[in-house]
Amino acid sequence: MRVLESWVGAPLERFLDESAARLVLLMTTSGQVVAQHGFTRSVDVMSAAALGAAIMASTAELARIMGSPRFGVLVHQGAEQGMLLSGFDTPRGRWIGLVVFGPDTSVGLVQLFFQQFAEEIGAAAPPAEPHGPVLAENFEHDLNASLRALFGR
Amino acid sequence: MSQHEQALRRVSAVRGIRGVMLVSASDGLVVADVSMEDVDGRAVAALAASLCARLRRATTSAGLGVPGVVHLRGEEGVLLAVPAPNDMLVVAVADRGANVGLARLELLEAARVLG
Repeated sequence: MRVLESWVGAPLERFLDESAARLVLLMTTSGQVVAQHGFTRSVDVMSAAALGAAIMASTAELARIMGSPRFGVLVHQGAEQGMLLSGFDTPRGRWIGLVVFGPDTSVGLVQLFFQQFAEEIGAAAPPAEPHGPVLAENFEHDLNASLRALFGR
Repeated sequence: MSQHEQALRRVSAVRGIRGVMLVSASDGLVVADVSMEDVDGRAVAALAASLCARLRRATTSAGLGVPGVVHLRGEEGVLLAVPAPNDMLVVAVADRGANVGLARLELLEAARVLG
């Protein structure tokens, strides 16, 4: 398990213990990764984060077209593994969780413990720090620093 | 009233039953429920399905076959679960003073009807 912000660690560890999830990716709505568990290659994390954020954006737009509030949870159930994608609000803005689980757990359990995890994150999150402008010269440095923190290299 | 609801209502009419639901056994999701007031049905469904799956693994490993009724007694009440056909479970949450014998019979009947 790798986290960019230490206060995410304890709730995420509890979620992993209770849900028996195989892979977890926690990201912002813009696809910036906050924490990951189970991924071994940074390219997979970046692809999954980008796709997860895009799927959530698409479902939010579908909800808007249908005139309903945004969808809370999206589940894809396969024969061997399932995937849960869910957005939740934190004091740091809206985050997205992507959880991949196998037959050793169930979508009900993953959903139940993910909701508890989201509540814990909401309660544990320190207030957002003011952001400066995103500069091109800082972007690559920040991205590399995040990937080093998430993969330990 | 649907057949599901009718079967669940018969169980919920038993004295001391706080709620009854039909749960998808492999997913742990609620399919239908009756009078689940003061009970977090989603949590009960997910955890009861997980418990039943583990018990099933334990009893089949021990050569005892599939559990017919799961009866879990807590300090404040009872949880009953009966496997039903089509990968379903009928789960009831009852008070400590509930008529558990009758509740078990009604749960087994509900499981039979729902099959």
